[in-house]
Amino acid sequence: MKDIDMETWQDKKVKDALQPVTSAVSIRIKQLNVYIRDQHILKDIDLILPEKSIICIIGPSGCGKSTFLKALNRMHDETPEVKITGNIFVDGEDIYSNHVNVIDIRKKMGLLSQRPCPLPMSIFDNVAYGPRIHGLTRRKVLNQTVIQYLQYVGLWEEVRGRIRTPATRLSIGQQQRLCLARGLAVEPEFILGDEATSALDPISTKKIEELFLNLKEKYTIILVTHTLRQAKRIADHVVFMYMGKIIESGPTDEFFNNPRKQLTKDYLSGSFS
Amino acid sequence: MHYLRKIKDRSARHVMLGIAVFAVLFLLVIAISLFIKALPIMREKSIWVLLTSGSWRPFKGDFGFLPFILSTLHVSLLAILIALPLSLLTSIYLHTYASRNTRSFFQPFIDVLSGIPSVIYGVWGTLTIVPLIANKIAPNFVEFSSGYSVLAGGMVLAVMILPLLISILLEVFRSIPQEMTDASMQLGATKWQTVKKVVLRKSFPGILAAVVLSVSRAFGETIAVLMVCGNITEIPHSLFDACYPLPALIANNYGEMLSMPSYESALMLAAFLLFIIIVLFNALSRVILVQIEKRYSL
Repeated sequence: MKDIDMETWQDKKVKDALQPVTSAVSIRIKQLNVYIRDQHILKDIDLILPEKSIICIIGPSGCGKSTFLKALNRMHDETPEVKITGNIFVDGEDIYSNHVNVIDIRKKMGLLSQRPCPLPMSIFDNVAYGPRIHGLTRRKVLNQTVIQYLQYVGLWEEVRGRIRTPATRLSIGQQQRLCLARGLAVEPEFILGDEATSALDPISTKKIEELFLNLKEKYTIILVTHTLRQAKRIADHVVFMYMGKIIESGPTDEFFNNPRKQLTKDYLSGSFS
Repeated sequence: MHYLRKIKDRSARHVMLGIAVFAVLFLLVIAISLFIKALPIMREKSIWVLLTSGSWRPFKGDFGFLPFILSTLHVSLLAILIALPLSLLTSIYLHTYASRNTRSFFQPFIDVLSGIPSVIYGVWGTLTIVPLIANKIAPNFVEFSSGYSVLAGGMVLAVMILPLLISILLEVFRSIPQEMTDASMQLGATKWQTVKKVVLRKSFPGILAAVVLSVSRAFGETIAVLMVCGNITEIPHSLFDACYPLPALIANNYGEMLSMPSYESALMLAAFLLFIIIVLFNALSRVILVQIEKRYSL
């Protein structure tokens, strides 16, 4: 399945391909179905995600947004009740094929969860955690890496005097930026956000959003969000999901100004949420 | 109506407070009555001599508690040294690696293990562990051992506290938020890395609490230890020497003590010492726990 003929299945099967604005395709999802026990959570997802852009996935609660994200970094592997069929091609390789190492996949996908979850260790050790588990031991390099990513998320100035203190003492907004730095430190290619700002105050939210806008120069960012306004503010592409299906997807302007489907119009006008 | 509800609430509160206080009082009453009973012997001899002397000859009036105290400590610490790694690995496996079916297969065995009466462990120790030590293990290290030894006591106790440790540790691991282990896995850590760096670290206070509980249990365990320890009043110098823990001393001599007032008082002191050891041990670990939690904000 690795060398799939892109042209043909793109034409015939992928109805929801997002047209890349500038550059190449980074993730291709083909006939993805996810079942949790008897429930059919994701139904026939076909999607192409362009690289180096922000893709927002919107939809009412329970529509399968988070399940979709978890399928991308194979966190469903940890729950035996989940069954997955279909393919997800990342850099041309199906992440669900047998020879793929799940650790390599997770390394590629940095996930930022809804509530920041610092590990029970110091600020420094939190950021150094990823590089360390992947084998980086040289202290000098570690120090540099940690400082670099803390600077990148704008946390370095705020914490430089107390980098060895427990990360749990930071405010929740700081913790979320720390978690972002921790995720970036493993050098992923993609950033997945599972309502990454919903627990934060407006100012922290703004900081994270600005970071995302900077980060899309280098990374492909896939965000699940509850707030339409956030999608409007930062997304390049929007994917609307409902009841486990992709209803509509497209470039942000087009999606919000000229939705094609009635369901999308209803959702955008607030008829249901 | 409203008024009645308030009265009910308030009286429920007071009744429950009373019961809670009763539990504390009970502890105090035991401590005080043991102390009073032990007073005569402490008047007769200095407490220092009682604690540090190794000679125990009740009919000559020699009451040295050192062998008993050391035996208690040796046997209990050996038990926890054996049981802790085993129970840690078992509970890590059951919590992190085992499927739900495997876990529910093991659970009843652990529960039954903790429900077995200690006398059965004692019999098993006498029939299995003691000969094993006498014939197979001890000859490699010392010239002669009857098998009734510190090692036998430690091994039997270890098996006895194992189920207790495993159940508490499982509970401790279960209390770690799923998001935290997920966070580690999402960064690409393996399960083992997550266990080593996140789970064990986060649950350290809980592990310490589990150790305290099971060591306290080991300190007080009487019959099984009594059956395999040899009960010789000497300070044990190796794992293969016989020993005589405090609970065994009390249980073995309770019948004969009535004839000699100082003997009775000495046995009460033994009980009081056991009580103090457990209280001190608990207090100490509480202090350590608070320090650790403060320092690492776990």
